[in-house]
This record gives sequence, structure tokens and C-alpha cells, in this order.
Amino acid sequence: MNTFLACDKASVPDDLPRGSAPLFGFARLLRRFGFAIASEQAITFMQAVTLLGPRSMEDIRRSAVATFAPAPERRVEFDALFESWFEGDTRLMVGGDDENEEDPQIKDDRDTDEDETVPVEDETGGEMTSGSEQLSVRALSDDGLRLDMFERSVGSTLPRRRSFRMVRTKTGTNLDIRGSMRKILATDGDIPSPRLRRRQQVPRRLLLLIDVSGSMKLHTEDYLKLAYAAVQGTGRAEVFSFGTRLTRLTSALRIRNRAQALERAGALVEDWDGGTRIGQTLLAFQSVPRFSAFARGAVVVILSDALERGDPAEMETAFSRFAASAHRLSLATPLAGDPRFRPETQALRAILPVLDDLVDGSSIAGLTKFLLALRRPPASRATKV
Amino acid sequence: MMDHGIGGMAVSPEDVMSRLAQLDYLADEGLATAIFLAIRLGKPLLLEGAPGVGKTEAAKAVAKAVGRDLVRLQCYEGIDAAHALYEWNYQRQLLAIRQAGDAETDIYGDRFLIARPLLQVLQAPEQRVLLVDEIDRSDHEFEALLLEFLSDFQISIPERGTISASSRPLVILTSNRTRELAEALRRRCVYHWISYPDAEREAAIIMARAGDVARDTAMAVADAVQTIRSRPLAKPPGIAEAIEWANAATILEKGGSPWPEAFRRAIGVLIKDEEDVHFIAPDMQRIIEEAMS
Repeated sequence: MNTFLACDKASVPDDLPRGSAPLFGFARLLRRFGFAIASEQAITFMQAVTLLGPRSMEDIRRSAVATFAPAPERRVEFDALFESWFEGDTRLMVGGDDENEEDPQIKDDRDTDEDETVPVEDETGGEMTSGSEQLSVRALSDDGLRLDMFERSVGSTLPRRRSFRMVRTKTGTNLDIRGSMRKILATDGDIPSPRLRRRQQVPRRLLLLIDVSGSMKLHTEDYLKLAYAAVQGTGRAEVFSFGTRLTRLTSALRIRNRAQALERAGALVEDWDGGTRIGQTLLAFQSVPRFSAFARGAVVVILSDALERGDPAEMETAFSRFAASAHRLSLATPLAGDPRFRPETQALRAILPVLDDLVDGSSIAGLTKFLLALRRPPASRATKV
Repeated sequence: MMDHGIGGMAVSPEDVMSRLAQLDYLADEGLATAIFLAIRLGKPLLLEGAPGVGKTEAAKAVAKAVGRDLVRLQCYEGIDAAHALYEWNYQRQLLAIRQAGDAETDIYGDRFLIARPLLQVLQAPEQRVLLVDEIDRSDHEFEALLLEFLSDFQISIPERGTISASSRPLVILTSNRTRELAEALRRRCVYHWISYPDAEREAAIIMARAGDVARDTAMAVADAVQTIRSRPLAKPPGIAEAIEWANAATILEKGGSPWPEAFRRAIGVLIKDEEDVHFIAPDMQRIIEEAMS
């Protein structure tokens, strides 16, 4: 609590009228709900409101949006907070003596107000720590935020490969002969500094293969959300679902609107909750040249419980082919969430030698953590569990 | 706060709106308020929104409305100080050294300095409007560089010292939100999220922008585009595409295609993604008929 008070009191210029306290209070409220608001933004907010008149509540709202810059996906939350705060505020103003009310008292009133009107607040409870700490508490408890974070960072954390292209660089040992010669000609024989170049590094492709068979029923929805985040975040991810058939979901998941993308992907899959023919469908995948090219040099993550009904020999062939062409082959199985899990089925034992990782796929938290750490080498071959 | 120059030209959000409307840019109240605040508070304006909602157009219209030149800096992956701030003209410097022979010569004079957009803005005698387009395409390093520029409006050239602006330019940044911008940058700006306009406003925009499109055509296009945008498309059509579509359909109609047919044949200017075309094609007939009724 002290941090907020100190911060806001310090930033209230003396010549501002006392009626402006609610405006600063709003900034403080936003901070408590995890919006990153700087005191300079609060000051700009005040200036903006003054500039606009304010002639109506709409003026105040627009200044708030313009100066606090809430991210579009948090806009609904922002509006709810705005309403709860300023409606309470009008009531107080009508009541009259807001001059006499001390700051802490108003704050208590507001606090109870929010609790009634905004149900989002569960996990913040009565805790009053700094804004950034609040944010991290929420992030840990919420898969949605975690997926957002994953989407933002997955593009830059994938393993990289050297591309065919060369880029200019300031340090290094590879001389760019052509560029340097052109420069020598352009500068009439004089060369201030030779040009250097190196191979460009590009992220590897991420290939997600999602098992949609009946035994994976509980997890497929989470996996689709994860796949959506991966496709949006990297631009180079490929997603397929397999059960008894193979379905390419990448183009559906490229749709920008999340709900629409998931709905469309769901509609594409025809073998929801059906049987499992892992070996056969994976071999079918590899027999299409365009698809098998997706796996070459890529990071292949198979999200499946690997409970094969058919002949494990086919599955073994499929996995060893993946292992041969992929950069890294991982199997994420929800069964590994159980501490007693041992890879002891016939099929699992057969593919264990070719796997780079065998990880817990029972929660979004575990999966995002694993996918974001892909650049590090595998702990040791298939002993992660 | 500015009391002179551009600042004097914005009296109220409504005033901004009407000035922009004269230039055929139809802004809504939120955008007009944001522009007004940016001008009066002397802060950069950050416009975010889906591709094709008219972010760059807004900047151009603002520059025209305040009657100042627009300096545009298009961002791209790998943009650096030499492209944004300044560069020395090495060839010229070498020639100057050769010509001078033994005599002493100053090779860091103005004629050797190539001013890039940010320096151009600072050196201009009168206030200018600077458009930093698609900032989300640039790298994080460039964002940091820009941050420094936006806070002080000055550039340090080691050989010349610091050059600062005689008057603060009006800066407009646009972003397609392909990545999150640094919190520090958002904080320094007045922010506005431009969303797609509603059908009525879009029809008005099409009327104002397209060559000679009948009112009914504009209404039908606006309605159809609204429906198409609500479908799950990889690339939803922007306002520019809607205008093009209205234009193309009008031309086709004059060339002899009857109405619904003209719309359907001109679909190539509206939806520019093969998968999207396949997805929407079966419904197209119905969407157009509904929009035209």
C-alpha cells in the first residue's frame, strides 16, 4: 500500500485542484490490477482531461484510453474498472463533501466497491504488493496469460539453424569480397574498412503432431490452444492432428481471431475421440513429400499417449524415420504427469531409443516451459522423466 | 504544451474531426480525441490496428490538415541508425581530401552529411509531421534508439556535436501489432487502437474515397465487407480493399456485367489469399445478395 501512496502523492503537482484525486485514484487502481502505469502517464492523463474540458464522462474515458494505452485484449477489463471506479465516484460527488474525505477513507470505499462489481479480482485478494509482482502472481495461475506469454516468446526461443543467406556483420573473420570490391571501386581505390559477412541464423520449423484419439480427450482442447499460440507466434509452425486420419490444421490456426481459429480447426478434424492408429497415420504423413519436408531439420513434438492399438512395429518405423530427418524428436505424453509413470509399454520401449525427449504433456504449464527451453540440448537422451 | 505552431491548429476534437473530414478522412470521436491530445500535449501518437484500417492514411491526413510536410520513415527488419538518422557521404569526403591536397579541409561539413528522415525532421526550419510507419517490423534495438530520439528530440553526431530540434515535430507511429511494443514506448505516447469502422461509416468512406461509385453500391459493399470480416479469414479485407472492390465492381458493371455478377468477378481485389477465396467462394452469392437487398 505504501508504494502506491508514496508514488501518487509525489506525482500530484501542488497547483492541481483537489477534485482531481479520483483521477489519480484510477491510475492507482489500474496498477493494482496489473496494468503497468507510470506516474508520468498519470500526469498526462490529468492534462488530457483538463484539455478536453472535461465535458462528459466519455471525455474522461477517452483520455484514459489514450494515455494509459491498455492492450486491446485487456480492454474489457479496463472498461469494467473504469465504470466501477467512476460510477462510485459520481455517487460520492453527489453526496457532497468530497473535500473533507481523507484519501485513505476513499480508498477503502472504493476497495469494497470493486470487490462487488468486478469479479476478476479473485487472486489479488487484499494483497498490496507492487504492480509488477501482482502481474507475476496472476501469470502463474492463469493458463490464458501463460499462452499469451508463450505466443510472444516462442518465435525467438526456437532452436536456430544457419541459413543459406549471408548478412553483413561488424565483427568476424569472413570477408565479403564482392561487397568490399564494390566499395573499393566506389571509393576510387581506397577502402576505409573491409566488409565482413556471416551466415544468417533462422529459427527452425516447429512441427506439432496432436493425437485426437479417445484416450487423449481431456487434453486435446489445451493442445489446440497451444498449437494456435505456436502458429501465431512463429509463423513457421506446422500443426497436424492424427487419430485414425491425418488432418493439417495449420491454415485454420493462422486465422487471427483466436475463437474463430479454434472453432475452424475443431471443425476440420473428423476423427475426434476415435480410435488410435498412431503408426499408420504417422507413416501416411511421411509418405506425402510436402508433409515429410516439414519434418526435415525441424523440431518435431508429438503430443500423444503413444498407446498404440495396432502393431508397434509400424510406430517404431515411423518414429525412427522422424528421428532420422528431424533436428529433435520429442514425445509429450499426459501419462508422464503421474509420478509412477514408467515407459514400459511395448510400443514406448520400442521408440524410446530414438526419442530426444520424453516429457510431461499433462499441463499447459509444463508444455510451454518445455517448448520455450528447446534451444538447450536435451537433458540426456530420453531420460527426462 | 505548445501554444504556437501546430498546437494552435487544434481547437477541439470536433475541430480536428471536421478538418480531417474536409480532406476525405472520416475519423471517429476516439481517433479525433487522440489526435487532438497528441497535438496539444506535444506527445507522439501511437496508432495500432489491423492492417488496412487506415493508420498511415490518418497520418497523411493529419499532416495535410495542419499544413505541414510529412516525413516518412518506413521501418523494416534490420533498419539501423544509418537509415534512420544520418550517414556520411564517404565518396565526397575522399574527393574533397584529394582536391584539397596539402591544404587543410573540413570533411565534416554540411555538404558531406546525408540527412535521413529523423535528422531531416530536426533540421527543418518549421515544425514537421514525422510518420514512423510499421514500427513493429523493426528490431528491438531500433525501438530503443527511437525512444531516445522521442524523449529529447535530439541527435548526437560524434564529429559535429548534438543537433536538437528548433521546434518539436508532431510524431505519429503506426503498428500492426505483429509483436508487442516496448512498454516504455507505449508509455510515452498517446495511444489509439483503430478498429474497423461500422457499415455506415465505411460506406461514407467508400463514397468519399472511390472515384464515382453510386451510393447504393457503397452501401452494398460496406455491408458485404462487414459480413466477410466476421468470417474466419487469414487476411480479413481492409478499408482500402473495400474501396478497390467498389471501384472494380463499378467498372465491370459499366463494361456490361450485371450487378451481382460484377461484385463476384471483382472478388480478386477484395480477398487476396488463395485459401480464403476458396473458403468464402461458396457463400459469396448469398452475402452479396443479402448486402444488395
